[in-house]
Amino acid sequence: MAMTATIGRAHADPHHIGLVVEHPGPAPKRTVTAYGFWVFLLSDIVMFSCFFAAYAVLVSQTADGPKGSEIFEQRNVAIETVCLLLSSFTCGMASIAADVRNRFWFYLGMAVTCLLGVIFLVIEFREFADLVSRGYGPSRSAFLTAFFSLVGCHGLHVSAGVLWLLTMMAQVFAKGFRADVLRRMMCFALFWHALDIIWVGVFSVVYLLGSGV
Amino acid sequence: MPAGRTVEGTMLGKLDWSAIPFEQPIPLIAGGVVLVGILAVLIWVVVKGHLPYLWHEWITSVDHKRIGVMYILLASVMLLRGGSDAIMMRIQQAIAYQSQGYLPPEHYNQIFSAHGTIMIFFVAMPFVIGLMNLIVPLQLGVRDVAFPTLNSVGFWLTATGALLVNLSLVIGEFARTGWLAFPPLSELSYSPGVGVDYYAWSLQISGVGTLVAGVNLVTTVLKLRTKGMNYLRMPMFCWTTLASNLLIVAAFPILTATLAMLLLDRYLGFHFFTNEAGGNVMMFMNLIWAWGHPEVYILVLPAFGIFSEVVSTFSGKALFGYRSMVLATMAICVIAFMVWLHHFFTMGAGPDVNAIFGIASMIIAVPTGVKIYNWLFTMYGGRIRFTTPMLWAVGFMVTFIIGGLTGVLVAVPPADFMLHNSMFLVAHFHNVIIGGVLFGAFAGFEYWFPKAFGFRLDERWGKLAFWFTFTGFYVTFVPLYVAGMLGMTRRLQHYDVAEWRPWMIVAAIGMAVLSIGVICQIMQLVVSIRNREALRDRTGDPWDGRSLEWATSSPPPVFNFAFHPDVRGEDAYWDMKLSAQQQSLDHEEPEYHDIEMPRNSPTGFVCAFFATIMGFALIWHIWWMVILGGIGAFATFVVFAWRDHDEYVIPAAEVAAIDRVNLEERRNLVSMAGAI
Repeated sequence: MAMTATIGRAHADPHHIGLVVEHPGPAPKRTVTAYGFWVFLLSDIVMFSCFFAAYAVLVSQTADGPKGSEIFEQRNVAIETVCLLLSSFTCGMASIAADVRNRFWFYLGMAVTCLLGVIFLVIEFREFADLVSRGYGPSRSAFLTAFFSLVGCHGLHVSAGVLWLLTMMAQVFAKGFRADVLRRMMCFALFWHALDIIWVGVFSVVYLLGSGV
Repeated sequence: MPAGRTVEGTMLGKLDWSAIPFEQPIPLIAGGVVLVGILAVLIWVVVKGHLPYLWHEWITSVDHKRIGVMYILLASVMLLRGGSDAIMMRIQQAIAYQSQGYLPPEHYNQIFSAHGTIMIFFVAMPFVIGLMNLIVPLQLGVRDVAFPTLNSVGFWLTATGALLVNLSLVIGEFARTGWLAFPPLSELSYSPGVGVDYYAWSLQISGVGTLVAGVNLVTTVLKLRTKGMNYLRMPMFCWTTLASNLLIVAAFPILTATLAMLLLDRYLGFHFFTNEAGGNVMMFMNLIWAWGHPEVYILVLPAFGIFSEVVSTFSGKALFGYRSMVLATMAICVIAFMVWLHHFFTMGAGPDVNAIFGIASMIIAVPTGVKIYNWLFTMYGGRIRFTTPMLWAVGFMVTFIIGGLTGVLVAVPPADFMLHNSMFLVAHFHNVIIGGVLFGAFAGFEYWFPKAFGFRLDERWGKLAFWFTFTGFYVTFVPLYVAGMLGMTRRLQHYDVAEWRPWMIVAAIGMAVLSIGVICQIMQLVVSIRNREALRDRTGDPWDGRSLEWATSSPPPVFNFAFHPDVRGEDAYWDMKLSAQQQSLDHEEPEYHDIEMPRNSPTGFVCAFFATIMGFALIWHIWWMVILGGIGAFATFVVFAWRDHDEYVIPAAEVAAIDRVNLEERRNLVSMAGAI
């Protein structure tokens, strides 16, 4: 627009604070996408924080049912944690492979990530199934309600992540490392790492604190 | 629906013929009228051959302006629905003195629950989100929002929620629990019907839409500003949009989590909020209001932004105290999260906690007061034009101050113990929501309508609408303050206290005056569309505006700006006009470039289609259909992700042709106008 090429003088620095750094204009698409996804992740963490809060409120409400220390198996949780932490590493490897456009290492990194995620899910599912079969399902007490919801919510996120991961692999297979595919890969990696961070919270608040009581 | 008569194990879950309320004429007739209306519109669209146009230009559009308009249309339609509920309630309370009135209790309870739910989630929210969508990218001088297709998804998911709420009118029932569905009443043992499920799933689905809109607008404001658009040069509406959407991103997940817990209680026998097995009802109160109080600021902050733009434009002055306004906005954004407990002072938190939250609630009135003074000082010494948007702004200031003062009153815990759950409270929050949000939405609608459609709205009908609504508001809600002081509690289906009766009758008369205001507003639209050639705005700057949305044509081209404007200060467009006048415009033809714009996509519409199926199936426990809907939604996203071309190019020649027309009009305007 022709009129934009004019000298603005009003209000550029009304209080004489000093040099005004001019905003350079809209950010590149990669930055915008990653930024937006970060904002989404923050909102997701707020949602988790509600389940953490609910767990903290209800943890002692066992209604004569089992306490945490009676049902948690530390060996399983340790394996789960190792799986998830390792998967974050392999996910990082896949991200690097995508950045350097190396298909082999990308597929390998993603496949191992997927495998570790599935192992995590299987262990968690068996833990849940075992509890339910012993009569300690989520309807047993408010404590178990909060436990199943918090851990299950994380598990649902991991399941969604695995689905996304497989879709991502299929997309790289079909479309190659296009710019939009790489942006999605970046979002997936952020998502997967965020789940790891949340698991650290779950591990500490639920299993570590719970085992002692 | 008669409770307990469920047919488990059939193909349709809990759904059978008993879901249709044949014995209740009112919802059936209302539903029938709506259905006939929808069918008539559909038939008209198909017969007239408008369907391809609607599909290509609107339904699949990812243009933020079109999506904004559709949000506002949705809000307007739902305003009529929510308003009908309000009329029914006012009539009921006017006649239900020592009698049952004309609405049976279970129906009356559904009406006040639906009224609140609809007005907050499907009127106020889409209206302000629509205005933000429409205007913010234009004010920032950019071509679109950060995520155009997601924007469309967000809108259509909101529409899905609205559709499900309306569906409950004829298939099943709506919640009878009030608009926030407090447990244990909303638990399965006390509300075995599908009403609460309709409520919760509609809000879950539209809540995803709102979250998407929030993420989108936060990213747009923070990452997509034109060159030179520093934070402290953004128009006030962009600041309030940022604050409001930060609140959406931080608060809506709380609503999602809370409703998810309630649904787990209802569907799978969990014990979050039950009376048995250690559930904690107060946890629901804390969680829902930790979302609910920020929510009122999510709604009112954009309205504050609209008033800032309107007052400054029609006073012909820059906004007074711009920086203090920014500070006040962000202060409200933070303190909004620190006052939630004042919604339940009476529920046993103890004097210390109540005192802290009472003081916090009074503190949040301070930045709001700062804003009021800034608007007044903007008007002071200005050359004020009392157009319709300005009338709404002045009406807002008067009304909102009264609402704010009664708010500070109930922020005092001892006073709140007297007034809790009374009609005084009902009057208070209508005072701030109608006087703040609705007046703001109307001001924004009148102010930006010419920008969206290229012609102004009729001023005579607009002023009539304002005066009827303004008067009607006071005649309706001042009596409710009095009734509250006389001890009348909210949500009464009938009553036996003679002293309340006259006030209820006055309130019903006020409702009639308010309705005339709504009719005037519809008339304004009809008259303006009919006279659109006379009301045409060719310059793109009908109000002598100050910010960048007025620097492009009305309606703006799909790419908004042929060039990203270069901003050098606050009130960017005002500065451009001033210097253009001083230097006389350079008549050189600028060099145009190709512009890439995102392609339209049916993703949002298709995704919402599957979300509707999924939501309906979840409400009625039709599990195979839930799975079908889920697979459909996932497949939609995969198809979207697989497309090979996500942008199309508008050639430089076409950009030039479009831009030249507007430039010519604008040159004429600047050379003619000695007054600006």
